[in-house]
Amino acid sequence: MAPAPLLVEARSLAKRFDDDFVAVDGIDFHVKQGEVFGFLGPNGAGKSSTMRLIGCVSPLSGGTLQVLGMDPTSQGPAIRARLGVVPQEDTLDTELSVVDNLIIYGRYFGISKAVLRDRAAQLLDFVQLTDRATSKVDPLSGGMKRRLTIARALINEPDLLLLDEPTTGLDPQARHLVWERLYQLKQEGVTQVLTTHYMDEAERLCDRLVIMDAGRIVDEGSPAQLIARHVTREVVELRLEHGDRDAPALTALRTSGTRTENLADRVLIYTEDGDPLVAGLLDDGLRPLSVLVRRSTLEDVFLMLTGRTLVED
Amino acid sequence: MTSPVLHYVEREALILRRLWRGIVFSQFISPTLYLVAMGIGLGTLVDAAGTRIDGLTYLEFVAPGLMAATVMQSSTGEALWPVLAGFKWMGFYHGMAASPMRPQDVFTGTVAWIGIRLTLSATIFLFVATILGAVLSPFGVLAIPAAVLSALALAAPLCAFSATQETDHRFALVLRFITLPMFLFSATFFPLSQLPVLLRPLAWISPLWHGVELCRDATTGSLAPGGWLMVLAHIAILCGYLALGFVWGLRAFTRRLST
Repeated sequence: MAPAPLLVEARSLAKRFDDDFVAVDGIDFHVKQGEVFGFLGPNGAGKSSTMRLIGCVSPLSGGTLQVLGMDPTSQGPAIRARLGVVPQEDTLDTELSVVDNLIIYGRYFGISKAVLRDRAAQLLDFVQLTDRATSKVDPLSGGMKRRLTIARALINEPDLLLLDEPTTGLDPQARHLVWERLYQLKQEGVTQVLTTHYMDEAERLCDRLVIMDAGRIVDEGSPAQLIARHVTREVVELRLEHGDRDAPALTALRTSGTRTENLADRVLIYTEDGDPLVAGLLDDGLRPLSVLVRRSTLEDVFLMLTGRTLVED
Repeated sequence: MTSPVLHYVEREALILRRLWRGIVFSQFISPTLYLVAMGIGLGTLVDAAGTRIDGLTYLEFVAPGLMAATVMQSSTGEALWPVLAGFKWMGFYHGMAASPMRPQDVFTGTVAWIGIRLTLSATIFLFVATILGAVLSPFGVLAIPAAVLSALALAAPLCAFSATQETDHRFALVLRFITLPMFLFSATFFPLSQLPVLLRPLAWISPLWHGVELCRDATTGSLAPGGWLMVLAHIAILCGYLALGFVWGLRAFTRRLST
């Protein structure tokens, strides 16, 4: 089988702003046809700036970038014609109805009205908004607006779908509905690039991802690869009495080479097998307020790589 | 006109189609009120005093001035808040920028649409003025393009200005220090000769004055002193403002939509 063609290819890609702020600091990555590729990182890591570079709405400051085999600097409109974009902030047209948002947006791509009417009906069905077709946009819930934005991004049957934090600000139920739709699109072979600061979103959706921090790529791989590379199979989370962080049991553990991490409200212990470790700590006299043994996640990977948590709030 | 510009116009036309009855009706209100109040109300006093301005009754004098001035006023309304809304409060310009439309298409579309809206305003104004007997010549129909051109000469730079703003704080200053003085002192309500000599050059830089002069030439059917050369000069200066507005606007929209 021939290798999947590359839809995005970036080398030493950089973005600096007028005030010398470096948003993207020389990153290399590529996106293969058919995959879901993610940028995981905290706010301000440069994810959105990278998305704007791929979306050809932001001139690059250094390096090279190819999108759909074309050069964004000279072929922006031709590239954008084949992209679907779900921006972080909804840019829906509040002066238009739900269905007209799709039709008028499709007209920006020069697609005929007759084709658009059919597609709009199918897409509204896909995102479960058919009964709101003639409604205004403003009264829609956050989840509905996001789904409408996804439908709008699909109106030109894009080769590449760009999603900038597709579920930020949505309630859990709305997030799951969005995830379902994105998963369905993946099954249909739509290549997707998404940014997120939710590790569960990255684990659930991404075939491959890069972890970004301060404008740079810290590591890349599949979620499972990254977890295997950087963290142990399990994590023990302890909540302790004040002062117990340096209890003899924990100090002994650290000197024996086990990795631990002190967070503001808890201590994390990385281990292949959590339960026996907890039993050992209890035997050694440690009396934590609470104990949680869990599977390790991308959040732990991020913490390992940068020393900070993904979501500060 | 490239086709992406038409796509912009299409969006606006769809919104207008939903509201057109209300918009057309409201477009009749301000010409009627202005012409009745100034032209007939104030005009009766002026005419009773035996004053004639270049042989015109006050209504005949003031109607073309009001036409250019009210069309410019509505262009200001279209070039300030709606443009900033497209960038900030509603964000639909950013939606367009993610499509094959280029920033210059978005800007040109914005100005083109304002031109279409103003043509509607100007036509309705001229219609009301004709019914009230304020239009003396069939050339009066040329006041429509004249009023639209002079209004666009202000609207294009204002669209560019709006694209450089983060809030609407300065818009009130634009209205107070640019639009209002222009409205009052561009030979709209009284001839320029009533102004102190030192202030007259201010009128010359006002795009509205050039528009008022062109409209008055058209509705009265007689050229002001200076003849055709003056007409050409007015048109050239207005086109100059429009061109400056385009240069600035293309830059400002590109900076805002492609950062």
